[in-house]
Amino acid sequence: MTQYKSILLAGLLPLLSSVAVADWSGNIAVEGRYFTSSPQWQGQGSEGISLSFQPEYRHQWNDGKDGFTFIPFVRLDSMDDERTHADIRELSYLHVMDGWEFRAGISKVFWGVTESQHLVDIINQTDLVESVDGEEKLGQPMVRVTRVFDTGSIDVFLMPWFRERTFPGINGRLRTSMPVDTDSAAYESDDEQRHFDYSLRWNGYLGNVDYALSWFDGTSREPGFIAHPDKPLELLAPYYYQLQQAGLELQYTGEAWLWKLEAVHRSTSVEDYWAATGGFEYTFVGINDSALDLGVIGEYLYDSRGTDGQAPFQNDLFVGARLTLNDAQSSELLAGAIIDLDHSSKTFRVEASRRIGQNYKLSVEAQLFADVDVNDPLAAFEKDSFVQVELARYF
Amino acid sequence: MKKMIGILLLATFTLPVLAESPEEKGLRIAQAADARDTGWKDQTANMIMTLRNRSGEESIRKIRTKSLEQKGDGDKSLSLFDEPADIKGTAMLTFSHGLKPDDQWLYLPALKRVKRISSRNKSGPFMGSEFAFEDLGSQEIEKYSYKYLKEEACGKGWKCHVLERTPAYKHSGYSKQVAWLDAREYRPVKIDYYDRKGSKLKTLTWKGYKTYGNFWRADEMFMQNHLTGKSTTLKWANYKLNTGLGDGDFNKNALARLR
Repeated sequence: MTQYKSILLAGLLPLLSSVAVADWSGNIAVEGRYFTSSPQWQGQGSEGISLSFQPEYRHQWNDGKDGFTFIPFVRLDSMDDERTHADIRELSYLHVMDGWEFRAGISKVFWGVTESQHLVDIINQTDLVESVDGEEKLGQPMVRVTRVFDTGSIDVFLMPWFRERTFPGINGRLRTSMPVDTDSAAYESDDEQRHFDYSLRWNGYLGNVDYALSWFDGTSREPGFIAHPDKPLELLAPYYYQLQQAGLELQYTGEAWLWKLEAVHRSTSVEDYWAATGGFEYTFVGINDSALDLGVIGEYLYDSRGTDGQAPFQNDLFVGARLTLNDAQSSELLAGAIIDLDHSSKTFRVEASRRIGQNYKLSVEAQLFADVDVNDPLAAFEKDSFVQVELARYF
Repeated sequence: MKKMIGILLLATFTLPVLAESPEEKGLRIAQAADARDTGWKDQTANMIMTLRNRSGEESIRKIRTKSLEQKGDGDKSLSLFDEPADIKGTAMLTFSHGLKPDDQWLYLPALKRVKRISSRNKSGPFMGSEFAFEDLGSQEIEKYSYKYLKEEACGKGWKCHVLERTPAYKHSGYSKQVAWLDAREYRPVKIDYYDRKGSKLKTLTWKGYKTYGNFWRADEMFMQNHLTGKSTTLKWANYKLNTGLGDGDFNKNALARLR
């Protein structure tokens, strides 16, 4: 029996030590949000408190040639039941061979170069209840095969399952006049969520230029809206078209100048259009012999559907500034405004963060919608200017 | 006559040395130091960086580094940040070049974004520390012009060459540096950094040299800022040289999958 025990222990010990504490990290955060105007739509609140938890488990073996990642995420929100949600951000296995990478599972991928919006980025669905800027994403089930070359790589993505976009509920802010009922989502394809999407991307660099070309064929991540089947006067239902998207990303990196361009051509059964974001970031380094860096950003946002379409950024200008203190607390601030050149609408946004001690980070985010034209798709958010403060504990 | 020949011989032998200008001698020593530290092929090491402000408060960064030696160009390097926890997983890939600007990419794990960044900010602080990016970059011969100053004792019974070197690359934060290299093994012992106005800004000292194969590596680097009173200590551990890394370990893909 003792012998059996020791054999068991001998077998378990390496297994236990492979699940080392060092493989765990993540964060837990408390967030407060305050909306500065009274709500525009019935049922909406004005302030909310929210708790989020994202543990991250990563384990590598075989000298980093094999890896496993598990990142669940959960948020509890006092104001909006739809914002109280959980997701598996990542649950994936990675295998690396000479010049090849294989990934299978739920994963996250980012494409793009510009700052004001991310047109090309299409693999992961937007977790819209998390943030109105669209930068938070849901985990996407996929098989991904990468061929790596000296100065670039080619990726193939096979996606057997579609993730629906999250939308604020009836009590949530930053929503359309009629809330979107995500349970009534409809699809152009009979395969619905089981539609098999695929995508290809070639990216690389040549001297000072980083480039990428991509192709996507599958269910559009951005839905259109149709009348709700049961409550057409109260709710909207998302409708997901099939979409083909060709994408281009370019960045020239000079000494102080970055020049950036993202462009997409999108084609569905009802429309063909193209959209682009292009501009620059110029950085003043070490202002007045200090450690301070100031970047000035200018981008132009275009959508060929013009003012008729549902695109909020059809002929818009983004101007912004990025202040980096380069201090021990990694303090930084990004402030910007998107100005609609057709409508009068303006959106201002500020993001600032600073580390506190060794393990805490304080982030402040504010967004202001001003002079929103009634014909602008942003009109629904007219009363939704907000300030958000988050304190996160990292481990 | 014999004496005369002796003097003649002496003159013949010492003549090239006498004709060597301080600039030539400085360059010769820099080349010798470079040659002494050539052939390690690749290196991995762990670094703990302790930032200390004037009132003694400390802040810690933990970084894993990989470097690949390049013939005829600056080295390739990868830095992976483990601490502070909020930037865990952030990584930086640098292809350094002598006088040409380096190619540099940053990986931001929260967004999964690989970002090409400008390497213009050479004089900026690395991670809020007293080390500037240029202090930690690959030290290629052509990056400086040299001038030999003197030879002097530099502790532990070592004798040091003292060189003045002036950055030849653009956007340096320094007007000059004065470097002490031990005369036997060409190990850097100390560097005084002079700011653009010419005043002594910082001093970097190396401690705890050990050999790894044929190569010397220090356990500790200490940077003292004389103007602000702040300091940064780099403690190195787990040096491994010639581990068999190749170009495939230093690209944008490797940057994004590193842990």
